[in-house]
Amino acid sequence: MKILREALYPLIAVAAAFVIGGVIIFLIGDDPFTTFRLLVENSFISRKGIFETLHYATPLIFTGLAVAIAFRCGLLNIGAEGQLYVAAFAAAWVGIKFGGPIFAIGEYEVFLPALILVPMCIAAAVIVGGFWGFIPGFLKAKFGSHEVINTIMLNFIAIGLVSYFTQYYYKIPGDPILQTAPIGDAATIPQLHTFLPFVPSDVPLNVAFLLAILMCLAMYVFLWKTKWGYELRAVGENPSAAEYGGISPKKQIIVAMTISGALAGMVAVGEVLGFRHNYYHGFSAEWGFWGIAVALLGRNHPFGVLLAAIFFGMLLRGGIFVDAFTEHVSKDLVEVLQAIIILFVASMQKFSK
Amino acid sequence: MDEVFVTFTILIFSAIRLGTPMIFAALGGMFSERSGVINIALEGLMLGGAFTAAVVTYELSNPYVGFLTALVAGALLASIFAVAVIKFEADQVVAGFGINILMLGVPALLSGAIYDAAGSTEQIAKEYLLPEFARLNVASVLAFALVPVAWYVLYKTPFGLRIRAVGENPEAADAAGVKVLRMRYLGVILSGVFAAAGGAYLSIGQSSFFTKGMSAGKGFIALAALILAKWRPFHVLVACLFFGFTEALAIQLQGAPWAKLPGGESIPVQFIEIIPYVLTIIVLAGFIGLSRAPKALGIPYRKEK
Repeated sequence: MKILREALYPLIAVAAAFVIGGVIIFLIGDDPFTTFRLLVENSFISRKGIFETLHYATPLIFTGLAVAIAFRCGLLNIGAEGQLYVAAFAAAWVGIKFGGPIFAIGEYEVFLPALILVPMCIAAAVIVGGFWGFIPGFLKAKFGSHEVINTIMLNFIAIGLVSYFTQYYYKIPGDPILQTAPIGDAATIPQLHTFLPFVPSDVPLNVAFLLAILMCLAMYVFLWKTKWGYELRAVGENPSAAEYGGISPKKQIIVAMTISGALAGMVAVGEVLGFRHNYYHGFSAEWGFWGIAVALLGRNHPFGVLLAAIFFGMLLRGGIFVDAFTEHVSKDLVEVLQAIIILFVASMQKFSK
Repeated sequence: MDEVFVTFTILIFSAIRLGTPMIFAALGGMFSERSGVINIALEGLMLGGAFTAAVVTYELSNPYVGFLTALVAGALLASIFAVAVIKFEADQVVAGFGINILMLGVPALLSGAIYDAAGSTEQIAKEYLLPEFARLNVASVLAFALVPVAWYVLYKTPFGLRIRAVGENPEAADAAGVKVLRMRYLGVILSGVFAAAGGAYLSIGQSSFFTKGMSAGKGFIALAALILAKWRPFHVLVACLFFGFTEALAIQLQGAPWAKLPGGESIPVQFIEIIPYVLTIIVLAGFIGLSRAPKALGIPYRKEK
């Protein structure tokens, strides 16, 4: 029953999005039912579709968790986008810097093994992403400045800085695209089809997806089975009561924002180590912002986030088919649905408490 | 010497041009935030105005009708935002964010349906764009003129007093007979009208068509300018012009032969581009005087029964 009640408002929001979206599609001059079938069907009818959907969902799980944990502490992290940008660059930087020969004995060049290099890259992403989340957390705790404004500003700063470093230091000379050189082979993580025979070989779904599932579990345990998680939630529910109970809201704000940034930073694992194998400026399809919709629809619960991310992953993939096979409707439809869901979930918040 | 003077003049005019949409949006945001509603929807409201202006101007070949229709569209869009945050007490930041996403999607969807080019509208002929006088666009002149008007309205009229009252102390305002929610609706709707004017300037003044997401963060910079200006109209003007200037400088420096560091390398544009954002964080942290927001900013008002 409790689960049903939890799911009610998100389902209403999704239904509303499809109804309003359907009206818009009708007014534009396409058939809403055909369009919606294109949007969801391709994620079910084939094995490729299912795994592609999971590939689209992977970054959304990370950013959804990132936004959700901040929400749980009463904070709104609009900065996941900036956090994943700096993290992706950091992961690529380590992968390039330590991906080549470390030293040479005679004519034998010695490389770091994947067992060391991959964790180093992941650590770089987590630490740098976490640091980018720590900044607004610290500013809020220390000076009381609003984390929303600061995270928005830090998004622009992150993208500017990373663009600078890529352009001036890590681009292959003459490359017209703003991207770094490739990371070393030992810095890459395998795609799932290389060891799971039932995954189609043309789907780039990689080990990062498993990490994302693991993070959902870890966040569940952290939030509801540990003292730290309890303290973090206590501040989110009632900061003054928490403070009265001996919990420092300032500390929790910093902790929550840092974890949030670190989770957003893990997007780099799938994108840089598992998929592109370099840093490409503009690699993120606004996943940091999608994280807000994912967290809202998933009711800031890790398992809800997982489901919501897969749902939006499905829409993002389906959008490609809508683009190709309808007369007028473009994949921008997915953004419209996302916006309606956000507005509805936000507007129903006061009933669902 | 002449060259320096010419460059400087170009920069000033360019700063005014680039600052114009932000002046509109920030003045609008001021009415919303002074009434107690955080408005991060400025970006989306601008996009709504930009799209409407581009479509109407192209179809009717009249920029003034296009401009005015954009204002109406901005008001309507802001009403949706207002209902969500005032009536339903939705989180103001989340709902504002939703409006921004909505205005990325909807115009792109509609332009794809109307013009068969998803994400952009048809090019408008030069004679149908908002005209320029003495190298200043008519919209820039309007933006400058609106600053003292906004100041007068906010500080010298009963309406402005009420807006400020419901943003500072809604309980007291209510007790004094001010309709708190109505004032907030008006504040938010005004922000939609202003921001849409800024957006319209983008599509039928500075440029000659609409493209998806063409405001490119200008709504957020306007918000930053508003904070930097501590929610005061003349300061808003200065902050917007300053941000326009940094943007103009970044554009001028790109590939300019004279723009070299002592070592001979070119100046990285990125560092100039991020100045407004870094400055906003510093100001918000209270390093340059205290930046005090309206007291009831972000708090929904519910009448005691």
